[in-house]
Amino acid sequence: MAMQSMKKVIGSIEFGILSPQEIRKMSAAEITVPDTYDDDGYPIEGGLMDKRLGVIDPGLRCETCGAKAGECPGHFGHVELARPVIHVGFAKTIHRVLESTCRECGRIKLTDEEIEEYMKKFEVMGDRKKAVDKLIREIHKKARERMVCPHCGAPQFPIKFERPTIYWELRKDEEGNEYKHRMMPSEIRERLEKIPDEDLPLLGLHPEKSRPEWMVLTVLPVPPVTMRPSITLESGIRAEDDLTHKLVDIIRINNRLKSNIEAGAPQLIIEDLWDLLQYHVTTYINNETSGIPPAKHKSGRPLKTLAQRLKGKEGRFRGNLSGKRVNFSARTVISPDPMISINEVGVPIAVAMELTVPEKVTEFNFEKLKQRVLNGPDKYPGANYVIDPEGRRIRLMENNLELIAEKLDIGWTVERHLEDGDVVLFNRQPSLHRMSIMAHRVRVMPYKTFRLNLAVCPPYNADFDGDEMNLHVPQTEEAQAEAKILMEVQNHIISPRYGGPLIAGIQDHISGGYLLTREGAYFTRTEVEQMLMFAGVDVDELPKPDKVENGVELWSGKTIFSLLLPDDLTIWYRNKLCDEPERCEALEKLIEEKLIPDPEEVRKLAYDGFVYIQNGKLLSGAIDKKAYGREDGKLLDVIVREYGVERARQFLDQVTKLTIWVITHKGFTTAIDDEDLPQEALDRIKEIIREAEERVQKLIEAYKRGELEPLPGKTLEETLESKIMAVLAEARDNAGKVAERYLGMNNHAVIMAKTGARGKILNITQMAAMLGQQSIRGKRLYRGYRGRVLTHFKPGDLGARARGFVVNSYKSGLTPQEYFFHAMGGREGLVDTAVRTAQSGYMQRRLINALQDLKVDYDGTVRDPTGIIVQFRYGEDGVDPMKSWGGKTIDVDRVIIRTLLKTRAKG
Amino acid sequence: MLMVSEKTIKNLVEKADLPASVKEELYEKLVEYNKRYDLKKTEVEAIIEETVKEYQNALVEPGEAIGTVAAQSIGEPSTQMTLNTFHYAGVAEINVTLGLPRIIEIVDARKNPSTPIMTVYLDEKHRYDREKALEVARRIEGTTLENLAREETIDILNFEYIVEIDPERLEKAGLDMEKVRRKLEGSFKSAEFEVDGYTLIVRPKKAAKLSDLRRLAEKVKKHRLKGLSGVGKTIIRKEGDEYVIYTEGSNFKQVLKVPGVDPTRTRTNNIHEIAEVLGIEAARNAIIEEIVNTMREQGLEVDVRHIMLVADVMTLDGVILPIGRHGVVGEKASVLARAAFEITTQHLFEAAERGETDPLNGVVENVLIGQPVPVGTGIVKLAMNLPLRPKRE
Repeated sequence: MAMQSMKKVIGSIEFGILSPQEIRKMSAAEITVPDTYDDDGYPIEGGLMDKRLGVIDPGLRCETCGAKAGECPGHFGHVELARPVIHVGFAKTIHRVLESTCRECGRIKLTDEEIEEYMKKFEVMGDRKKAVDKLIREIHKKARERMVCPHCGAPQFPIKFERPTIYWELRKDEEGNEYKHRMMPSEIRERLEKIPDEDLPLLGLHPEKSRPEWMVLTVLPVPPVTMRPSITLESGIRAEDDLTHKLVDIIRINNRLKSNIEAGAPQLIIEDLWDLLQYHVTTYINNETSGIPPAKHKSGRPLKTLAQRLKGKEGRFRGNLSGKRVNFSARTVISPDPMISINEVGVPIAVAMELTVPEKVTEFNFEKLKQRVLNGPDKYPGANYVIDPEGRRIRLMENNLELIAEKLDIGWTVERHLEDGDVVLFNRQPSLHRMSIMAHRVRVMPYKTFRLNLAVCPPYNADFDGDEMNLHVPQTEEAQAEAKILMEVQNHIISPRYGGPLIAGIQDHISGGYLLTREGAYFTRTEVEQMLMFAGVDVDELPKPDKVENGVELWSGKTIFSLLLPDDLTIWYRNKLCDEPERCEALEKLIEEKLIPDPEEVRKLAYDGFVYIQNGKLLSGAIDKKAYGREDGKLLDVIVREYGVERARQFLDQVTKLTIWVITHKGFTTAIDDEDLPQEALDRIKEIIREAEERVQKLIEAYKRGELEPLPGKTLEETLESKIMAVLAEARDNAGKVAERYLGMNNHAVIMAKTGARGKILNITQMAAMLGQQSIRGKRLYRGYRGRVLTHFKPGDLGARARGFVVNSYKSGLTPQEYFFHAMGGREGLVDTAVRTAQSGYMQRRLINALQDLKVDYDGTVRDPTGIIVQFRYGEDGVDPMKSWGGKTIDVDRVIIRTLLKTRAKG
Repeated sequence: MLMVSEKTIKNLVEKADLPASVKEELYEKLVEYNKRYDLKKTEVEAIIEETVKEYQNALVEPGEAIGTVAAQSIGEPSTQMTLNTFHYAGVAEINVTLGLPRIIEIVDARKNPSTPIMTVYLDEKHRYDREKALEVARRIEGTTLENLAREETIDILNFEYIVEIDPERLEKAGLDMEKVRRKLEGSFKSAEFEVDGYTLIVRPKKAAKLSDLRRLAEKVKKHRLKGLSGVGKTIIRKEGDEYVIYTEGSNFKQVLKVPGVDPTRTRTNNIHEIAEVLGIEAARNAIIEEIVNTMREQGLEVDVRHIMLVADVMTLDGVILPIGRHGVVGEKASVLARAAFEITTQHLFEAAERGETDPLNGVVENVLIGQPVPVGTGIVKLAMNLPLRPKRE
């Protein structure tokens, strides 16, 4: 059963080379027939699909273990090679070993003293890979250069290695004439056999696990059928696996070679066949061996042989072992739902009926689960399978529901449909950080998309322009518990990257917060009741109205916002709207003097740019990005740390809903007339452009007259360029300032930019005033035709407009030339993004591979898996970045203030 | 009640179980707040207690997979970085590699950064005077004939290479014609040099082919007349009340010996040079600082602790190892971890050859074979023998 597999633990894995004896020992059959199935489609005995190697066809039984297809893991076979061949993977090592050892006695060509010395060095080194590699190289170099064996005195010859598997000995005859001798694998094998076990460690070999002669194959293992199944196409034609094809080739040539040798064929023919056998064995192991043409399929596609199966992104290691395809998962388009909590996910009912959670039947849930079984797979809260105490999985079907429901008892397991409240993992690729997979509670919903709260868009980096996301259902209690405790959304509000909120209010949440809490925002009783109801704020009684106008009770937005805050929260900070520092300073001074100032006094000084919250009452300041926005939401930050993640989740849920009510009911839009500027402003901008162009022209003239002073370390041309760029940048800034002056806080685009909800002032400038200089690689545009970017300008025109300065705004509309310039600049951005993702992706993969084994030990040190200490104290102070205050060990000020407020409030 | 004395605060803070830096800050802040609000002793005690509690809460939990978190924290924002290789950092005249390419360069531990730069601080005597700073800069700045030349011609008829030298630049470099001639004569034995006013005439001793003259001219042109090897132009900038020299190119070892240079503050962005001259701990700090600065310049927030970990891993062995198959990953003890990263088959063949044993104590290895990973909740073991229930007969 499932638990049983847990008991066995793999402690370690040994690597080594199989010896011929071992290959024969583990072989279930010798394969001699280069064929697979006979005409009836039955496996040929002694062929590559021999039933002793396991079976893949249903109905047949394995002749080795007697199990059916699917149960039999398969068994190795073997081929007796007529002549030995080199194993390509070890070709280089063979060369090294041959060079390092004596051709006569097989000893390593080092003196006894050297041997002893190196042996000692190896001992000291342990298993530090790089050092061992270096030492082995050193030994090789030393031994290779010895042309007389220090042990037997035999003369030595250099050995030339020709890729991939040919070795030449550059011999000298008695007269001293050099000649090349081709070393055939059999000769090589004989030499390797002579090397004594004691010398092997110096050659980087292991005496028991890898004798050098095993690198020359005499017996070839044939992998089980299960690892190279043939597939039957619709047309009934069998297509064999690439490995099988290759094995057929090997056996065919091997048989030919054998019969030729027996028939006493000429040496030349035998050697040709031998080389052919070598080629097939080489490509069978690695079909991308350099120096030989890859073996091809009939269609011309190169075969995927052993090495290709393991290699690369889709190879066995990265594709099937490091990452696996899983069951109990779903994927669909996502769409927003502001009404669900941040830790919930809306699951379409169709998905909920397909994914199941195994639930053990106990006396407490017996009735509920029985009902689920009775509902069956087609009625919503139902079940798809039950597992009886013997571990048999029974599929629930229309006709067996009642029967099984009757049999259902304690000890059974019901795989019931996903229900509200189940924990699931939710993920969006690319999974760049751990917040890309978080645990959510299920909310089963109609329609076909996953629904998620908008505040969790930042961690997933999700939007709703067609994004899809994945959902996984943890199947064991352990997995569910870990998901709940470690992975739930509220535990990730603070990012471990910078120690500030990552899950936070976005866009309308922030604009809405501003509309609600700015000075002068008042709401009637109906409005207040509606918005509190909508936000799910539970209040017994409304606070006293802030003012009564014409007999109508009015509440300020600040009062309403205060209802969401914890009662004893006190905090103050300058927000993004603070552009009159004196008013902030006045408030700061008041707070500093009094510590707990009188609320009325604060109200008198109240300023949108300075937030002061006293005992959960917002007394001054408007809510903006600094309150609960991403990265710098101070309010949210404090709530998470001082009131816990659950309170923070509640706050986020309520505040997002509340602000959305405000924004929908107040109305918030930005239209083309938001960018309207009065005529005088437009005139002023025109004037700025004219001035800038004039200055540019003057610079160009000075340059042409040779009067321009070059900046240190720059050529004249570069100086001109940077000066022009400076002038034009200034012009755009000035135009922006003009536009800004005429657009106030009643302009919705400005509200978004100033509160940090979306966009920058620059974007408004570009819409209303002008676009400014377009650039590629930080320079003005210059490529195109000779001396000009577009044919609309004179060659050599260095003027502002000819080099990509756009004087129009999005609203006024671009001229055709400007439009083209703009597209040029835009294209650079696109290319940049594409290149960047590839580069940073690879860098992240390397970083993760390098660092993933590091962990904090129980003693607070950081260690790698071998126990080497990397840091004595994590990050020098032992503090988790996620729990730090934006990187600081502790926010001492906050602790002091908080404690003081607590003690002073009492006394 | 009486005001607490600074001494009492000091004593109370000292007793607390906190890291030194926090103690120091706490003490300073307490003194400050004491002045303002007249703290009571009980209040001070409460504050310290609260601080200790907060610190204990903030500690990392054993088993936390901080390696992965660090890698993600650096990798994730790097998708948002600019690819603009060249940018001006502080000094408008010198280009510096920034953004993602710079981070990759650091992590790769490249022997030579694409834009090496030194920031040379000056000693007490030279730092406040522009002239004196210039003097030091001249000693550092590498000058070639090419830099001084106003015009150069190859006279085919007389077989000469003629260089017109800009007197202004010559003076700025602190050279004169005689010095130039002597310097060149010392280095080029195969040619004669003649000075005529501000004209330098180069004549090969053996009149051979024209291409030889051209080659000689090229060599003479590029010949370093003065300054440190590897250093190009220098820029002097006023920072605060002192002058600082920025150099294009780097030669850290030599620059520290130049008189007038303050060797305690002078720095380079070539991490290998720092490792060589100042040692591996300095290199570690340099890596941290370079990454932090690059991130900050891009407006990305990343906690130093993550960067420290990367730097510590890179410098663990006493030499700077790159993050990648030639460095940290390639050094891993586990065969499977290496095979799963890159160059799969070679690693497997090598492991077989050596008869290696994979101890399976890393993360990837255990993922590969389907066992719990030894980080996080995976390090917790139960001291209990399974099966709990007796086996069924």
